[in-house]
This record gives sequence, C-alpha cells and structure tokens, in this order.
Amino acid sequence: MSELAANTSGFADHGGTTGLPFPPAIAPEKALNTAQWGMLAFLLSEASFFSTLITSYLAYLGQDTAGPTPREVLSLPLVFATTICLVASSGTIHLAEKRLHENRAREFLLAWAATTGLGIVFLLGTAYEWRQLIVEHQLTISRNLFGTTFYTLVGFHALHVTIGIAMMLGLAGLMLGRRLSIKEAQPVQLVSWYWHFVDGVWLAVFTIVYLVGR
Amino acid sequence: MAVVELEAPASKPASARSASLSSLVHSLVTTVDHKKIGLMYIVMAIVFLIIGGCEALLMRWQLLFPRYDFIGPDAFNQLFTMHGTTMVFFMGMPILIGVGNYVVPLAIGARDMAFPRLNAFGFWVTLLGGLLVYFSFATGGAPAIGWFAYSPLTERTFARSAATDFWALGLVVSGTGTVAAAVNFLATILAMRAPGMTLRKVPFFTWTMLWTSVQILLVMPPLTAGLVMVLLDRNLGAHFFDTQNGGSALFWQHLFWFFGHPEVYILILPVFGMMSEIIPVFSRKVLFGYEFMAAATAAIAFISMGVWAHHMFTVGMSRTADLFFAASSLLVSIPTGIKFFNWLATMYGGRISFASPMLFAFGFLSMFLIGGLTGIMLAAAPFDFQLADSYFLVGHFHWVLIGGTLFGTFAGLYYWYPKATGRMLSERLARWHFWLLYIGFILTFGPMHISGFLGMPRRIYTYEVDRGWDFWNQLTTFGALLQTPSYAFFAYNVVVSLWKGRPAGNDPWDAWTLEWTTPSPPPSYNFEQIPEVRSRRPLWDIKHPDDPDWKYE
Amino acid sequence: MSEFFLLASDPEAVQNLSIFDPVSPPAESIRSLSALVAGIAAFIFIIVEGVLFYSVVRFRARGPRTSEPPQVYGSKAIEVAWTSAPALVVFILVLVVTRTLWDVNRPNPPSKPQDHALFITVIGHQWWWEYVYESYDGRKLDLITANEMHMPASTEGVARPVYLTLKSADVCHSFWVPRLGGKTDLIPGHPNEMWFQTDKPGLYLGQCAEYCGTQHANMLLRVTVDEPAEFDRWLEQEAEPAAVPANSAVEEGQTAFLAQSCVNCHRVRGTRAVGTFGPDLTHLMGRQTLASGMIANDPENLRKWLTDPQQVKLGCLMPAFGLSTRELHEIVAYLSTLR
Ligand code: HEA
Ligand code: HEA
Ligand code: HEC
Ligand code: CUA
Ligand SMILES: [Cu+2]
Repeated sequence: MSELAANTSGFADHGGTTGLPFPPAIAPEKALNTAQWGMLAFLLSEASFFSTLITSYLAYLGQDTAGPTPREVLSLPLVFATTICLVASSGTIHLAEKRLHENRAREFLLAWAATTGLGIVFLLGTAYEWRQLIVEHQLTISRNLFGTTFYTLVGFHALHVTIGIAMMLGLAGLMLGRRLSIKEAQPVQLVSWYWHFVDGVWLAVFTIVYLVGR
Repeated sequence: MAVVELEAPASKPASARSASLSSLVHSLVTTVDHKKIGLMYIVMAIVFLIIGGCEALLMRWQLLFPRYDFIGPDAFNQLFTMHGTTMVFFMGMPILIGVGNYVVPLAIGARDMAFPRLNAFGFWVTLLGGLLVYFSFATGGAPAIGWFAYSPLTERTFARSAATDFWALGLVVSGTGTVAAAVNFLATILAMRAPGMTLRKVPFFTWTMLWTSVQILLVMPPLTAGLVMVLLDRNLGAHFFDTQNGGSALFWQHLFWFFGHPEVYILILPVFGMMSEIIPVFSRKVLFGYEFMAAATAAIAFISMGVWAHHMFTVGMSRTADLFFAASSLLVSIPTGIKFFNWLATMYGGRISFASPMLFAFGFLSMFLIGGLTGIMLAAAPFDFQLADSYFLVGHFHWVLIGGTLFGTFAGLYYWYPKATGRMLSERLARWHFWLLYIGFILTFGPMHISGFLGMPRRIYTYEVDRGWDFWNQLTTFGALLQTPSYAFFAYNVVVSLWKGRPAGNDPWDAWTLEWTTPSPPPSYNFEQIPEVRSRRPLWDIKHPDDPDWKYE
Repeated sequence: MSEFFLLASDPEAVQNLSIFDPVSPPAESIRSLSALVAGIAAFIFIIVEGVLFYSVVRFRARGPRTSEPPQVYGSKAIEVAWTSAPALVVFILVLVVTRTLWDVNRPNPPSKPQDHALFITVIGHQWWWEYVYESYDGRKLDLITANEMHMPASTEGVARPVYLTLKSADVCHSFWVPRLGGKTDLIPGHPNEMWFQTDKPGLYLGQCAEYCGTQHANMLLRVTVDEPAEFDRWLEQEAEPAAVPANSAVEEGQTAFLAQSCVNCHRVRGTRAVGTFGPDLTHLMGRQTLASGMIANDPENLRKWLTDPQQVKLGCLMPAFGLSTRELHEIVAYLSTLR
C-alpha cells in the first residue's frame, strides 16, 4: 500500500529525463466562471418552476365552474403598456452593461436607474390591474379556477420582478457607497441575466394569459 | 487488502475533548467548509434514517397479526407518511448530497465548493425543512396523506389539521436547500476542475453528481410549485385540487410524479457513481467502458424525465399513453444494463478484495439487479394493473432503495470514512453490519412480493384473518427486527473508530483519484498546490509512470 | 400457484385473492403476460447473478498482491453487443405489452337489448362502496345497493360481461378484485371504466387499493357471482321497495329509525329516509356483512355497530348517537326485517 506525500507537485514533472513516457501539455479550458454557471443553474430551475405554473394555467383554462372568464375581465391596453415597459427595461439593462464595460460610470448608473424605474412602473401597472380585478370584478384567488391560476402565475412573476428591483437597488447602493468598484462587472452581468430571464418569462405569460388564453 | 481490526487507541485525553465541545459546536454552526458541511449532512441523514427506521418498526409490529390492535389506523397512517417522507427527503437525498459535498471538491482538485456560504445555507435549510415536517406532530398528529399526498386528500375538507401545512411547508423549505446544493454542484463541477481534468476525465462519482444536479434543477421546482398550490388551496381558498370546484385530482398526480420519478433516479445515480469508483479500486482494474458508462448516465437522466406516468397506469389513461410510458420505462433498462455489464466486466479478470466497501458493493450488485427486474414487471403496464399499490410494489421500491441506494451509500461511507477521519473502520464490525443487513433485508422485503401476489394492498393498518397474509407479514417483521441491530453495529463502528480505528494514512485503499493524495483528514484548504491531471486516474499515472493511463485515453 | 404461496396457512380457512388464479378474461390476459415477463426477468437474473458470482469466486484476490492485473479499458464491440441484447428484449416486451393492453383495456360498449351485459356505476365513498345498477340485458334498472356487488355467471355459449363505470364521491379510491381483473382508480371528476366476466360462481374478494384516509384498510370489496337464475331473483328482490312493517313491534322500530338522524344519511326506499351520505339500507339483510365487509351481518354485530360505529371502525364517518337500549332494540328489530 503506497503512501503518497501531501505535496502533489510531483504531478507535473514525471517522465522526460528518466525515459518514461512524457505527458502531453495541458491546454487551458475556456469556460464560464463559477458565478456564471451558478446563475445559469439557478435560472434553469426557475425556468422549470415557471413552466409548471404556465402548464397549470393552461391545464385549468376554461375549466371554471363559475365566472368571470379571462375575456370578461382582462384589460389589454394596460397590459400592453406594462409589457412595453418590461421589454424596454431589457434594453436599458443591456445598455447599462455595455456602458460599464466602456467604463462610463455615469451613463451606466443612468441606464441602471432607468431599468429599475421601468421595473417599478411595471409593478405599479400590475398593482393597478389587480386592484381593478379585485374591486371591480370581484376576481380573487378563491373566486374560481381562473382567479386561482392567474394570481398564482402573475403573482410569482411579479415577485421575481420585485426581487430583481431589490437586487438592482442594492447593487446601485453598494456602488454609490463605494463598497463595490464600478469596474466589477460580474454582479451587474448576473443581475442582467436574471432580468432578461424575468422579461422572457413575462413574454411567455403575456402571450399565454393575455393573447392566447383570452 | 488486509482485514483491519480495532487497535490500541492513539487519541487525545478526554478532558481536552469536552473542553473543546462548545467550540466544536460553534465551528460547526458557522462553518462553510465543504467537508464539515458534508459530514453534517451525513450525520443528519443517519439520524433521520434511525427515526424513519423506528417508524417502520412500529408499522411492522402493527402488521404482525391480522386484526392486531397495537397502534390504531390514525397512528399507522401518520407513520407511513412520515416514514416515506423522512426516508426520501431527509435520509436519501441528504446522505448523497453530503457524500457529494465531501468528495466532489477533493476529487476534482478544488479547495472548496463554488459557493461555500450557499452550501451552508443549503444544509441548514434542509435541516429546518426536516424540523418543520416533524413539527407537524405538535399539531396533534403528523399528516396522514402518504408520501405522495394525493389530492384531494390534502384539501382542508379531508385533512383538517395544520399538519399537512407543516408537511408541505417543510418540503418547500428543504427543496430550496436541495436546489441550492444542486446549483453549487453544477458550478463547482463545471468551473473548478483541476487543470487538465476535462469533462471527459472527471472521476465517475463526480460525473453522476453532475447529472443528479441537473435532474434536481429540473424536477425539484415543479414539486415546489405543486406544494405551493396545495398551500394556496388550504390557506387562501384556491381551487387547484379542489375537485368540487373544477380542480383536478389528476393534475397533482402528474405534478408529483414528474418530480417523483426523476427523484428515484436522483437517489440512485450518485450511487452508480460510487460503484463506478469502488468496484475498479477493489478489483484493481480500470473502469471498463468509461465513455459508455458516462453516456449511459446521461441517457438515464434524460429518459427518466419521460416516464413519470408509469406510477399512474391505473388512473385510466388512454391505452396509447399507457403504452408510451410503459415503453419509455422499459427503455431505462438499456442504459442501466450497460452500467451493470460494465461493472461486471470491470470485476472480470481483476483481483477482487472484499474489504468493507467492496462487500457492500457486492450487496448492491446482487440486490439492485432484483429491484430493477421487479421494476420491469411493474413497467409492463397490464401487469402493473395487478401489482400497483400492492405489497409487491412496496417490495420493489425497498429493494432498489435499500438494496440499491442504501447498500451503495454504505459502500461509499466505508470507502471514504478513512479519508474523512484519518481512521480505519473495524472490518469485523463491518462484516456484522453487512451480513445482518443483507439477510435481514432479504427476509424483510422478499416476502412482501408474495403478499402482494396474494392481493395485499399497501398502506393498510390491518388485514383480515382469512387472507393467508399473516405468515408473510410475520416473516417481514422478523426480517425488520433482524436488520435493526445491523444499523447499531454501523453506528457503533463509526463512533468508536474515531478513537480506536487504525490510522488510515493518505491512501489506505491504494486508489486512483485525487482525494487520496491529500492527508486524512484533509486540511481545510484541501490541496497545498492545485494538482494537474492528465487522465481519469491521476494517481495511477503517478504510481505507474512507466505505463500511465493518459496513453490510452 | 397460490397453493404454494399459501402453504403456510390452513387451506380450508383461507380465501384466495391471488393474482395468479384468474377467473376472468382481463385477469387471465394479465397472468399470461406476467408469466412471460417473469420468465424474461428470471432469465436475466440467472445470467447476471451467475456472472457476478462467478467473478466473485474466480477473481477473488488470494494472498498478498504483487502486481496489478492487466488493465482493460473497454471494447466498442462488446458495448454494442450488450446494448443491443437488452434492446431486443425491450422490443419484445413492448410488443406483448401492447397486445395485452389492447386486450384488457377495452372501452365499455353502450348497453343494447339482449346483450346479456350488466352495467353498474360504482361510486367510492370514504370508506364504503355504492353500486348503482344501470341496466341488465338491455333493461334499464333503478336499483342502488352498497358494499356487496352481485353479478351473473356466464354460461355455456352466453357471455355475461359486467361493465363498470367508476366514480368517486370524495377522494381517490381503487377497485381491485385480483381474480377478476387489475385495478382501476375511482377519481373525483374523472370517471373510469373497467369490465370482467366469469363462468365460475362464487364469492370474490378484494379491497380498495388507493390510500383514501383513515379506514382505507377496511374498504373491502365483495363480489358475488350468482348462477343466472339466482341473479335474476336477486335483482327482483333488490328492485322492490323496502319491506313494510309486518307487526307493531317492527312498526315501532321503523318509527324510531325515522325519528333519528339516520334519515339524513341513509336511504330506505319507500320511506322518507332518503339520505345519500351513507350506504343504502333498503335491503340491508340481503348482505352478509356490515361496514363494507368488515363484520358479519348478524343482530349482535348490528347492535354493536349502532351502539358506537367508532368502536367497530375507528374514524368512520358515522358517529355514535347515544341511542337508548330500547331505541337500539327497536331499530335493530326494524333493520332486521329489511330483506
Ligand atoms: C432508487 C430508486 C428506484 C429505482 C432505481 C427504480 C427503478 C425502476 N423502477 Fe421503480 N420505484 C421506486 C424507486 C425506484 N425505482 C419507488 C420509490 C417507487 C414507488 C413510489 C411509491 O408509489 O410510493 C417505484 C415505483 C415504480 C413503478 C410504479 C408502480 C406503481 O405505482 O404501480 C414502476 C412502474 O413502471 C417502476 C419501474 C421501475 C423501472 C422500470 C426501473 C428501472 O430503472 C430499473 C432498471 C434496472 C434493471 C432492469 C436491472 C439491470 C438491467 C439489466 C441487467 C439489463 C437487462 C434487463 C432488461 C433488458 C430488462 N417503479
Ligand atoms: C430509502 C428509503 C427507505 C428505507 C431505507 C426504508 C426502510 C424500511 N421500510 Fe420503508 N418506505 C419507504 C422508503 C424507505 N423505507 C417509502 C418511500 C415508503 C412509502 C411510504 C408511503 O406509502 O407513503 C415506505 C413504506 C414502507 C412500508 C409500507 C407501509 C404501508 O404501505 O403500509 C413498510 C412496511 O413494512 C416499510 C418498512 C420498512 C422497513 C422495515 C425498513 C427498514 O429497512 C428500516 C430499518 C432501519 C431501522 C430499524 C433503523 C433503526 C435502528 C436502530 C433502532 C438502531 C439503534 C441505533 C443507534 C442507537 C445508533 N416501509
Ligand atoms: C353522518 C351520517 C350518518 C348518520 C346520521 C347515520 N349513518 Fe349509518 N352510516 C354512515 C356511513 C358513512 C356509513 C358507512 C360506514 C363505513 O362502512 O365506513 C354508515 C353505515 C351504516 C350501516 C352499515 C351499512 C352497511 O351496508 O355496511 C348501518 C346498518 C347504518 N349505518 C345504520 C344507521 C342507523 C340506524 C342510523 C341512525 C341511528 C345511522 N346509520 C345514522 C353515515 C351515517
Ligand atoms: Cu378507498 Cu382506499
Ligand atoms: Cu418511477
């Protein structure tokens, strides 16, 4: 039974002079770093989560035993507006990332703030929509299956938007407080990935709930 | 490999130990070291194994005689719910994640997991989830819904107490921890391998942990979503599974089994990985057909995403759907077969020594095969019309979960224990453990197949006198009692060997992967210098410079 | 087959519920499939365990190790071979599964005159069975009974199949009488179908096979297969409204019964007891057992049941009513006349 030394430097320099086979050189691998893989893995699980909610929305569509139906109560103009906000915010966050790479701090912060602002507008739009639904149409989560699935799906999406806004505010706070160098692009990139993902989910939700499902 | 015996202790004086107890606790609570976290996962899982086992013993005693009055229906129904939940969520997954946590960074030449604090979070959250589930007892009784909690039995109408809420909440919470662990494994394995260790050269256990993590990421969130729906139904009056108001009982079944079936492969893939490392080392041969084994792992992970409704053959799906799920389930046997045959080919022509890890690996090989074949019988859809929810099924899944997961995990624990503690386990106690478990296991779960043939359904707290099931149930209970002491042997061995075990040295098994280059136990930073790797068996290359592996890969 | 498994018990005292003693076409198809599948499994088992044990014995290390055995890294040809062999087995299995599936899972036909077929809707309740007899031989029936199902035996040249529609009033249950066929679940909001037929009169037992709550264990199934003439008599009897009290003692019993809350949950056709939450009691004495097959139907047990159902079937959905001894006596006397 051989005992090996803790020192593993022996790995690199076997062979050569002793006439033993000489190992090939090691080519460095190019790949994402841990944080990027971590975020991708997390987003994969999120995608799975939202797929489930969307599936449940579709599975229960039109199965209600009581009204109101989506057609009767969902207002398209409002949601078009909020959708445009969210899509635009994907553009602004992309811009922010680019400006950061170009080391233009002020413009980065501006675009970052615009993204946050658009996110907040989206949330306000959702809040208004929910108020209308609850107060005017008496559609609550316990009213019928549409209410059940609608609030669950849209609510979980809104929760994710909220978390995204919190992350953007937090990051901006850290940067302004000089706790985080503005050159550190990594967290910005990760938040941006997350934000794009949340936007993508919204597009799916929008298509299914407001276009197809009506 | 010589048989290792308990030897004279070479340990610190006891007083120094007790003084350091509080600092030990402190260091465990605050640690972010993957090794300590891994060990905490494992210890937690073993505690839950004993709790779940005791629950099983109570059930077995109740089933000793027909119309026996030991514990009533309520207690019995709570027991199998908690037993199944505990064993799957708080024993099976944590113990594998724990071993993975300990071994993976060492095996790929990394200093820790990618996100050490997330790692600690994962552990504590899993523990919290377990406590929440057990807290349900405080509501006057655990939930009595079965581990797959079919709706509408979980609706308020039928399960009035808050126990079901605690159960669902606990699983949501621990599920978050599991996802956190999977994120961590994925990032670690994909981005932190030692230079030269390409994805085609990772140690096999690491490879299986990678695919296990992918599965966790894909199937844990749907379960979480389903549990959230249950909670919404129960607490906010939503109607997902409220069949009186258009809700669907079947939808829950689909949601659950879309998680539930991959879950059972989450419980077996890492074990396949352990076998693929242990069998070669103790047969002294390189793993036969690494590429095919690797591809088979991925194939199992993929196919198993499309077989979930084989748990639902009796719900009245269309014949076409039945056929599809039967065929896809049968298909899994092909990659699993590839694995089996490659293990056998690895042993064939080797020099097999039956030290404790290999003994348990043998237990795995001889038993998992049987569980797999009974799985094939269940997958033959019409046969399943008879076997579903009978004791035959209970026999099948204990055969794969214990004969597969548990035997394999024990092999892994015996294999890596010396690395983690610097001490060898007693081989004599290991043999007691093995044989009591092996014989007790066969006696416990073998007769279940027969009571199933004779028409005995699962989840019944009692049965009629005239059914002819009593003999087989008594055999089962006897087997359960026989295997019980085996766990005590194991626990005793694990604890006492910490002091009395023979020092292990860095590489007691003369193995081939990177973890065996570190001291035992490894320092907190694992490697002084990050090793470079040129083949799947870096240590083989060092030990055999004249004929290194990289020439053949 | 079952003789072997049952060898440990006294054969006289034991009921046969073995899936290997089928008496109905679906159960028979499944048995022949199972024989094939088990055969294949046994074959694989013997080969693989054989190789395993051979390797363990033959290649076991003996003595101290001096050198490593030859390292064999793999072989594409061998891998292809042991991928295709199981693939072939799987292919065969899929074929036989398909055939059996189409044999066993036939959709129920509509009821037609002179089809000799019996149509029953089975409704699962926590923890008892309701049988709604829809039609027989094309004749519409208006008949509801509980817990003990009767069906006619097929005879020389005349098949008398039974077609079940399975529904649930609350949670999921599963209908499983092993010798008649595989199980099919009763799922709320999702009606299912199944069928069987047999030419062997007798009593066939089974029980609910999907966990459905506290007393899932005592949701027993009893299917009595009668000779056709016998079955006709049974049908006629069951179709009658409940017996009218023949003497004053029974009449007092009926009054007591109707005065109690029994009427909210139970139906006795021809009286004002029209509850549907519990089993129909119109022809209670036509049944051999009480409480879904749990106890024999005799006055002693009936009294026990009415005194406190929870003593008999803990957790069942019928509460105790604290009846006085007198009421108890009267109600039992009345129920005993419901033949
Ligand atoms: C470790 C966990 C584990 C594993 C690995 C498996 C593996 C398999 N299981 Fe099992 N199963 C469970 C855990 C597991 N199962 C649990 C917990 C349940 C019940 C849940 C509950 O209801 O509570 C269950 C239930 C279950 C059912 C549902 C039954 C029912 O509810 O009615 C079915 C049906 O198809 C099934 C099939 C299979 C199949 C086909 C495999 C295959 O993967 C097996 C493949 C392996 C082999 C076949 C052996 C090796 C192969 C060869 C030697 C090659 C040659 C072989 C052939 C060509 C056939 N399982
Ligand atoms: C990995 C998972 C796993 C494991 C290991 C086990 C282990 C065991 N199981 Fe379990 N079982 C399940 C998973 C598992 N089970 C699942 C998922 C279900 C389905 C639940 C449901 O229907 O919802 C189930 C259901 C189930 C049933 C069916 C209940 C029913 O349908 O009515 C039965 C019945 O006998 C049973 C028995 C046993 C027994 C006897 C063991 C034994 O192997 C246990 C032995 C272990 C011990 C006895 C440990 C105790 C040790 C000591 C006391 C020693 C003391 C030591 C020290 C102090 C250190 N199990
Ligand atoms: C709350 C509803 C309810 C009330 C009130 C009620 N029962 Fe019941 N009864 C049930 C249920 C439910 C069952 C089935 C129990 C089981 O088998 O799980 C049952 C079963 C029975 C049975 C056995 C039937 C069989 O075929 O097995 C009898 C007899 C019976 N009840 C008689 C009565 C009498 C007499 C009264 C009045 C004193 C009464 N019940 C009041 C709900 C009720
Ligand atoms: Cu009804 Cu179980
Ligand atoms: Cu499965």
